[in-house]
Amino acid sequence: MEFPEDFYYTEEHEWISIAGDIATVGITDFAQDALGDVVFVELPEVGAKLVAGKPFGVVESVKAVSDIYSPLTGEVLEVNEELPDTPELVNSSPYEDAWMVKIQIANRDELGELLDADAYKAFVEQQ
Amino acid sequence: MRYIPHTPEDIRQMLSAIGVEKVEDLFSPVPEKVRLKRDMELPGPFSEAELLMEIKRLSRANAEVDSTTSFLGGGAYNHFIPAVVDHLISRSEFYTAYTPYQPEISQGTLQMIFEYQSLICQLTGMEVANASMYDGATACAEAVLMAVRTTRRKKVLISAGLHPEWRRTVETYCRYLELELHSVPLDEAGQTDAAVLESLLDSETACLVAGYPNFFGVIENLEALFVKAAAKGALGVAAVQEPVALGLLKSPGELGADIVVGEGQSFGIPLSFGGPGLGFFAAKEKLMRTMPGRLVGRTRDLDGNPGFVLTLATREQHIRREKATSNICSNQGLCALMAAIYLCLVGKRGLRDLASQNLAKAAYAKERLCALPGVSMVYTGATFNEFALKVEGDLEALLEKLAGRKLLAGIHLRRFDAARAGQLLVCVTEQNSREQIDALVDAMAGGMQ
Repeated sequence: MEFPEDFYYTEEHEWISIAGDIATVGITDFAQDALGDVVFVELPEVGAKLVAGKPFGVVESVKAVSDIYSPLTGEVLEVNEELPDTPELVNSSPYEDAWMVKIQIANRDELGELLDADAYKAFVEQQ
Repeated sequence: MRYIPHTPEDIRQMLSAIGVEKVEDLFSPVPEKVRLKRDMELPGPFSEAELLMEIKRLSRANAEVDSTTSFLGGGAYNHFIPAVVDHLISRSEFYTAYTPYQPEISQGTLQMIFEYQSLICQLTGMEVANASMYDGATACAEAVLMAVRTTRRKKVLISAGLHPEWRRTVETYCRYLELELHSVPLDEAGQTDAAVLESLLDSETACLVAGYPNFFGVIENLEALFVKAAAKGALGVAAVQEPVALGLLKSPGELGADIVVGEGQSFGIPLSFGGPGLGFFAAKEKLMRTMPGRLVGRTRDLDGNPGFVLTLATREQHIRREKATSNICSNQGLCALMAAIYLCLVGKRGLRDLASQNLAKAAYAKERLCALPGVSMVYTGATFNEFALKVEGDLEALLEKLAGRKLLAGIHLRRFDAARAGQLLVCVTEQNSREQIDALVDAMAGGMQ
């Protein structure tokens, strides 16, 4: 199982990659492995205002449906338009091709709430 | 349902199992002073013969389509129901199973629902249909909610030609959702006014809902309306209150509808004094995941044999709870079965013939009635088996007079809208003979003098 070093994570199993004021969000390798084959992904629209801790999308596998929680507050700048048509990318490439949204970070203080790779790895091992 | 009485021994055993002596002990928590300490003053039980007589006496007070001449429509239609429908639905395999969540014991019911869904898809020109809903009105409200969900927009346009009770149901469902409902008026033809529609449509509009045929019997130019809606990214919702019309009309799917809902009572379901009905609900495949209600799919088992299961259940409330696509729906299994049997029985050509008969008889009635002095059409547009008339004079008194002669001439539209006083909605189906239509014309002519 992979935990890229330069990413942030949440206990809800989202990953966050920061570039300047823009955060890219997806779900982790651990999450996709626990879900099994993903068959459907529902994402917000560009321009939607996300709030840290609130659900912004849905990922459905053959086993379960889960909400995806926004790790940060901010406006959606870009959405992975290919994902709804190719949900299997969540399984095959969770950290690259299956990125979900890019968010304009509204409050950098929220970054302090996120886990780093080691902390997330430790959290997952406890589960 | 079998009635299996308890013997005194059964009752004794049940009471002893819970540790009480007599049935009265079960009421001990109820305070003494509010208990009735005598028998109820009810008449004694009837014998079977007396009971039958009493029930028949009561039922004679009902106005039924068999004992009256009825030209009532307005959302519930008097069509012939072949005896086969009743015979088949009475099979215990069908009427005992409720919700087929266990496919291993519910293949019959699941296959029936799958076939019903397939028939609804063919009829509406849609790609996916659900297992049915309560009735046309609630299906229509669910369509509005689905359009709002899909488009993430808050403005809903509703044609003034939509059945007024369906419109009220939509309003009830939307009451606390902070949606904007706008009415689109009808033009002289009785069709949704395309120019006004154009002015109301914007990038916030979720959908346009239009009747097909509409409440006044007029056949809408759905294609023109839905093209305009689609240009603004709004969905086209066709609401069909008399689906027999689809035997002749182009399907809403061919005319650009995204969602088609309607009332299926016309298909083998008796009028029953207003219910139960059958809501049908169909949509384009790309909207499948946001659909409300149950869906049955065909699949293969481990050995490769075909089988049927509930599918895409993750939209539903037993899994998604408050985030389900609907928390206020169920399917009408028995009524869906009636409709499926009926549609299979009449077949594609039969439905076309039936629709042609309805059209021809209604056209004859329309022509003869409009030839009467003081009677004219409210709208100029083409109609199917129902049409709205303007009648001079005291329409209410006339209708009462005719009702006294067991002739129900139509629905006075004043009951839905005070501005429509003097307008009469007349429906003619295959059940109305030429003699009945002529009698209606004569009675109207005589009654108005």
